Amino acid sequence: MTAPVPKLSFADRRANWDVKLSPFGFISPYFLIFGVFGLFPLLYTAFVSLQKRNLLDAEGAKFIGLENYRQLLFHDPYFWNAMGNTVSLWLLTTIPQILFALGIAHLLNRRLRGRTLFRTGMILPNITSVAAVTIIFAQLFGRDFGLVNWVLSWFGAGHVDWQAGTASSHAAIASMVVWRWTGYHALIFLASMQAIPSSLYEAATLDGAKGHQQFLRITVPLLRPQIIFSTVIATTGNMRLLAEPLLFNPGTAAATGGSDRQFQTAALYLYEQGFSKYDFGYSSAVALLLAIATMLVAGVAYLVTRRIQTD
Amino acid sequence: MRPNTRTRMVLVAVLAAITVLSACSGGDGGSGGKIKLSLGLFGNFGYTDLIKEYQAAHPNIEITERTAAYSDHHKNLAAHLATGGGAADIEAIDTGYVAQFKATPDKFVDLNTVGGDKLKDRWLGWKWSASLAKGGQQIGYGTDVGGLAICYRRDLLQAAGLPADREAVSALWPTWQAFFDAGKRFQANAPGGVKWMDGGPTVLNAIFGQAPTGYYDTSDQLVVDSNPALRTGWDQVVDAVKANLSAGLLYSTPTWNTGFTQGQFATVTCPAWMMTKIKDQAPDTAGKWDVASVPGGGGNWGGSYLTVPKQGKHTAEAADLAAWLTAPEQQAKVFTSQGLLPSTPSLYTDPKITSYTNPFFNNAPVGKLFTDAAKNLNPQYQGPKAGDVQTEFGNAMQRVEQGKQDGAAAWQQLVGDVAKLK
Repeated sequence: MTAPVPKLSFADRRANWDVKLSPFGFISPYFLIFGVFGLFPLLYTAFVSLQKRNLLDAEGAKFIGLENYRQLLFHDPYFWNAMGNTVSLWLLTTIPQILFALGIAHLLNRRLRGRTLFRTGMILPNITSVAAVTIIFAQLFGRDFGLVNWVLSWFGAGHVDWQAGTASSHAAIASMVVWRWTGYHALIFLASMQAIPSSLYEAATLDGAKGHQQFLRITVPLLRPQIIFSTVIATTGNMRLLAEPLLFNPGTAAATGGSDRQFQTAALYLYEQGFSKYDFGYSSAVALLLAIATMLVAGVAYLVTRRIQTD
Repeated sequence: MRPNTRTRMVLVAVLAAITVLSACSGGDGGSGGKIKLSLGLFGNFGYTDLIKEYQAAHPNIEITERTAAYSDHHKNLAAHLATGGGAADIEAIDTGYVAQFKATPDKFVDLNTVGGDKLKDRWLGWKWSASLAKGGQQIGYGTDVGGLAICYRRDLLQAAGLPADREAVSALWPTWQAFFDAGKRFQANAPGGVKWMDGGPTVLNAIFGQAPTGYYDTSDQLVVDSNPALRTGWDQVVDAVKANLSAGLLYSTPTWNTGFTQGQFATVTCPAWMMTKIKDQAPDTAGKWDVASVPGGGGNWGGSYLTVPKQGKHTAEAADLAAWLTAPEQQAKVFTSQGLLPSTPSLYTDPKITSYTNPFFNNAPVGKLFTDAAKNLNPQYQGPKAGDVQTEFGNAMQRVEQGKQDGAAAWQQLVGDVAKLK
């Protein structure tokens, strides 16, 4: 038997609505902004990707169904080339980023002089303009007068045409990304490392565990949520790598990512189709496929990092 | 928290969100009564002094310049036209891109409706018609034309035992074959690390610019694989690259710019605007450069237009400014300050122009050299995607220079790439 429901006054009922509805009001700014800047562009991109449409001539658009996707998936080797480059650059950037960040955070977590200075320094590469970073790195990786080749020449190597080769151009671009983002992830790891109770390490020391054993058995497993977060963030960022490859070899051929598209990423291919060839429908289809690929790769990254052992 | 306060806070949050959203499409700020005009340019148009002069004569107008790199500029312009906002009041467009933009004339002010039809006779006939849309709308006023010459380093030629005086140098290369043969002689005795030419793509553009037909025929059909002039020029340059005459640099890249300052090459094909580039890029090489005539007769590479996008707020004032900037008097000033060759033939017999010599280039008589070149120039029809075809040719030649492909394979891939441009 339920007790009879007491009759509510209007003021009480209003207070009830308030409790139920106002949380939605509080979060509404996010959803309004997401709707305008996130959801609408996404749906509009999907709509445009079904059209044959010139960037400058919206009135002349023609509905062609899935033709753009058919073309991309089955008849466009340059799209697959760009996807391959994207995945290669994702591997070359994400894995070193996370590993370096873990190592650096571990070092910064010790007692050392000028700790705050080093910790602040970590974030500096990240707040530098990406264009400036890329242009300076492109100079460093110059074929004839670059610093990197100069240093390599001491060891009898040198004179690498960094832009010309597939592997060399990927290595150069990955170095820019890693330099820029390692500190960011290191700070996230450092913050969580400091939350690990020192009693765990004391106990481990009593049990005779060495420094690296403590790092691998205690620190890394306890950082699992942060590692998953960083990997997913790095993955979604690196899957849409645009500025670095675009500015690595600026000039008339910038959008093709090298003479043989050797470092053209999917985002750069999208840019070339949309803003060089003005094929708005086709580049929208690339955008959606890239979004799907990003979700898949981020899912894989999540599953892999989730396997980190927690005892 | 009392319900009343909460309700109010919710309202504030919602309102704040709406305000943020609507502010994005907000109106324009007050401008103190002055009409603000912006100029979107690439490279050096030599307008800084002219703008001061115009502002002095028109106190109600304030002009700002913004300059981007060549390809970025044109891509940005396309994006701004597509989204209907963000373009400058006057936008420069290069010859390689003008056909692409004139295909959508409704994005630009038809200059014929604002007095352009009366100014028509100022310009070379082909310059005027190259920016004329199919429906008769004029989207841009011509600024400079390219013309062609060869800029060369006197000191480097001398060091390799070749003549350095411009008459003798011009006589050295009546044809492109002779130019490459001279290159082989140069390379045999060249100072360490110096190559004969900057890169294959630059030379390729000059040779193609001289052909009666370029990438397109006059009905806008791509003829890259059926135009014998292109294949002949391609094979010649591939041979030159194989003979190790090229520094392997792609024009408009940072490494190419460094090449000028480091003296990596002895010659560069030189439309009039290239002289400004060299001077800006490597001021320390003043007096070392000179200008000789181009092998193989007249031709054109580059040259620009000033257009007035319709989305601007002050299109009438912008059109006036564009007409003024491209008027013969102003083109004459740009020529003497920056060396950009006028597109207005009335100046080609003007003694002020024809007697002009450029101190940076060892006092070369560039006035006479380039006006002669302009008078002898056979204009070539530029099709819709000429700029993109040029990029593909640059990439293909780079593949040869980087040793990734031989001439035949690079050409084959090029033909496929060009066919995709539609």
